[in-house]
Amino acid sequence: MSLHAALAAGNPVTGIGHMLALPFELRAYVAGTLIAAAAGLVGYFVVLRSQVFTGDALSHVAFTGALAALAAGIDLRAGLFAACVIFAIAMGALARGGRADDVVIGNVFAWILGLGVFFLTVYTTGASATGGGNNGGSGVNVLFGSIFGLTAGQTTIAAVIAAAVIAAILAIARPLLFASIDPAVAAARGLPVRLLGTGFLILVGITAGEATQAVGALLILGLLATPAAAAQRLTTRPFLALWISAGIAVASIWAGLGIAYAASSIPPSFAIIAAAAAAYVITLAATTITRRTAHVQAAPATGPASSAP
Amino acid sequence: MTPGAAGLLTGPGTSLTWNIGSDISQVLAFHFMVNAVRAGTIIAVAAGVIGWFMILRRQSFAGHTLAVVAFPGASGAILLGLPAAAGYFGFCIAAALLIAAAPRSQADTGFSAESAVIGTVQAFALACGFLFVSLYKGFLDGITGLLFGSFLGITDSQVLTLLAAAAAALSVLAVTGRPLFFASTDPDVAAARGVPVRALSVVFLVLLGVAAAEVSQITGALLVFALLVMPAAAAQQLTARPALSLPLTVIIALAVTWLGLGVSYFSVYPVGFFVTTFGFAAYVLAVAARQAADRLGRRPRPAKIAVSA
Repeated sequence: MSLHAALAAGNPVTGIGHMLALPFELRAYVAGTLIAAAAGLVGYFVVLRSQVFTGDALSHVAFTGALAALAAGIDLRAGLFAACVIFAIAMGALARGGRADDVVIGNVFAWILGLGVFFLTVYTTGASATGGGNNGGSGVNVLFGSIFGLTAGQTTIAAVIAAAVIAAILAIARPLLFASIDPAVAAARGLPVRLLGTGFLILVGITAGEATQAVGALLILGLLATPAAAAQRLTTRPFLALWISAGIAVASIWAGLGIAYAASSIPPSFAIIAAAAAAYVITLAATTITRRTAHVQAAPATGPASSAP
Repeated sequence: MTPGAAGLLTGPGTSLTWNIGSDISQVLAFHFMVNAVRAGTIIAVAAGVIGWFMILRRQSFAGHTLAVVAFPGASGAILLGLPAAAGYFGFCIAAALLIAAAPRSQADTGFSAESAVIGTVQAFALACGFLFVSLYKGFLDGITGLLFGSFLGITDSQVLTLLAAAAAALSVLAVTGRPLFFASTDPDVAAARGVPVRALSVVFLVLLGVAAAEVSQITGALLVFALLVMPAAAAQQLTARPALSLPLTVIIALAVTWLGLGVSYFSVYPVGFFVTTFGFAAYVLAVAARQAADRLGRRPRPAKIAVSA
């Protein structure tokens, strides 16, 4: 471990070469990159459409779905995706005037999380569980992710689903942007605003299921909301912001996986989310300073300093 | 320790009978259960009242974020060897101030910068909690307790701390309650009348942080939100009159907590599951009752407090 760390610190190229020679690291990078790109693109629209709270709710639904699947003895991911997509469709159906009431969402997901605790107890104490005595860690893995634990088959499926989400969101990006910014005019132009909204929520649900495998159910918002928030500080042009958001999400995964490799006591999920949060804080500081200086330059009557360029 | 351990500790004597009196005396025969009921009563009152204002002010997302911040607070305090209560209150109040400093959302359409910031705070806080747990070796069993709650082993001094914090929060709320209600229902008119709307908003977020810190010590960080949102949402479905729905909220919160504690004592499933299930049942019944009453035409107008969004 310390040898790897020394290599990574001494010669970055050799360090990265050593890191990617490990199959689980390579799988984490492949799956992580595609999942992050999907989350960054979808997340931009989540924030634009003020649906961050729905994303928050999905993080709890993902946990319950995965635990219910484990308790029933089927593949975790089946429950994960089924729960997220069903919840997304339900949210689309409940939405009146574009979005569902926060209080309704809150009541529903608080109870769904309670159900998740129930399934966790069933799974960890149940005799029918196949895992034997070490079931206790599964709940933690679902909550906080285990990107290094992906098998080759899981990586392929995760990468294919993420690529499909990316293709779908790019295909509907233009009408979705129109419908998000001005739903009334978009509807008058003949756009299926309601259908777009529901379709988008399903994409959010699938992304939540994907992100759960990378950073865990509880940390989904770090990949959905944080890169989008940073991108929105940098530019007001929507398509540029969309790409920046995806770029920050991918960079966060890369940085996080690198940090987790160099310092083995730091879990990758934390490093990824910390990298994303750092990107937001740096963007916030940079844009605040730029705007302040621009403001001073724009106001010539503030003092003698304003005559300087 | 799981709640199921209670059943093992007490042996064959604990079984549910048809005599409610004897059931209750069975539950209260143990000092730890008396303390659990005391603590549950304190947090039900505090969470009910503060949650009522949270619903009124449409701050569900902020409330949920403050609730989950309790997790890194507690795990960080344990890692540093500090009392967990210090971590709970310190982190929740700090996060409340952070959210209060976030930029306000501009209009109804457009980028929801505030919710993106809240989402970032939430994801980063949870990631920190996971880091603290990972750094503190051999603590992974405790993680479920911190996230999903445990009412066993509440000491007398913990009850006193809860009582003091709840009393402080509720007396601040008693002083600021009337202007806060005004500022919550109609911020523009309140500001025009000279009510310090912004300052009240900060004070309320801190109170929400205190309530979240209190509740998470019993229900666990992930289920706090249930006690904040469910009783208040149910009460506000039943009546539009604040003087009636506020006490009703407290009554529902108390009933849900006492029932949850009592039933989980006789069951292997965790208290959080029962509290959220009873709370959700109360909400669903309240919605059904209101719709039935609306259909019968007894109410000329919908029983919902009008809030300018």
